[in-house]
Amino acid sequence: MTLTHPLPLRVPDRAAVGRRPARVRPYSLTGGRHRFGHVLRVETFVAALDDPGEWPEPVTGGLAALLMPEVRAIIGLCRRLRSVAEVSALLKMPLGVVRVLLGDLADQGRIRVYGIGYGGCRPDRALLERVLSGLSRL
Amino acid sequence: MGAKAAAPGDEGEPQGWQTDRSKAPVATKIVVAGGFGVGKTTFVGSVSEITPLRTEAVMTVASEGLDDLVAIPEKATTTVAMDFGRITLDAELVLYLFGTPGQKRFWFMWDDLVRGAIGAVVMADTRRLTECFPALDYFESCGLPYIVAVNHFEGTARYAPEDVREALSLPSYVAVVDIDARRRESVVDALLTLVRQALDAAPA
Repeated sequence: MTLTHPLPLRVPDRAAVGRRPARVRPYSLTGGRHRFGHVLRVETFVAALDDPGEWPEPVTGGLAALLMPEVRAIIGLCRRLRSVAEVSALLKMPLGVVRVLLGDLADQGRIRVYGIGYGGCRPDRALLERVLSGLSRL
Repeated sequence: MGAKAAAPGDEGEPQGWQTDRSKAPVATKIVVAGGFGVGKTTFVGSVSEITPLRTEAVMTVASEGLDDLVAIPEKATTTVAMDFGRITLDAELVLYLFGTPGQKRFWFMWDDLVRGAIGAVVMADTRRLTECFPALDYFESCGLPYIVAVNHFEGTARYAPEDVREALSLPSYVAVVDIDARRRESVVDALLTLVRQALDAAPA
């Protein structure tokens, strides 16, 4: 091994421990939670409850009413189970817009938001064990 | 599992769980952070069953040091791209890998991303080691388990993991692994290391 350059040294930012960025954003205020309690993380699964073809009445209220083509695209895409991030990526719509639309659609019973499958903010041991064995099989 | 789709956005054959809307698998995620060009998308693409997808978030840029609660006189927006991939681990468990830029100005995205995450892989390039410093500070500050994966680029000097650990002032429980982000086995090994470390840190 030849060490051509010494590596730069990092001084850990001790002041950062326990300090969170203070920027205020719509979802940081709600913790990603929509007004009826839907948790819309990037990995949260959503799926359409209706077929757009059997969908005569327009969406009322919210951003969804103003963005009908986008809403139809979301409903169409969500005939398969999709994550929030997949909806954003496949429809090339910013994550924030997708979240608001999905939240509105969930409130109106057009979209089902699935539970993330575990409580708390971190995966528990049982889930970590499952991930470990899943990865080991790859 | 593991079959690659042909083009970005082309997902190939749907997984079985995608077509059954009566229930959803558990979704979990790992964050892959690091500087520009360090190989995050390559890392994600090496194990993803879909061609990595790109999602974008629009952020408002305020000048440094400005109190965020006061009205911002001059607003500018910038778009932050995140590339992500997916691995169906079993019929009821899906793992997402989110690659995210490492600079401090993107911390706002990480707040959202790390919620519910297993942990983070911080990718480092020893030629530009300082670029991973902000990611380390961030994950230490929020207590998220993380490992450092040194992506070795051909023709560059190789450093011992212990030298990297020392330079980065890492605690002993944080793993430092040498990887080749282009190799699937290498990426899987790094993910296994992270999940084991997260398991060690998880309350019994």
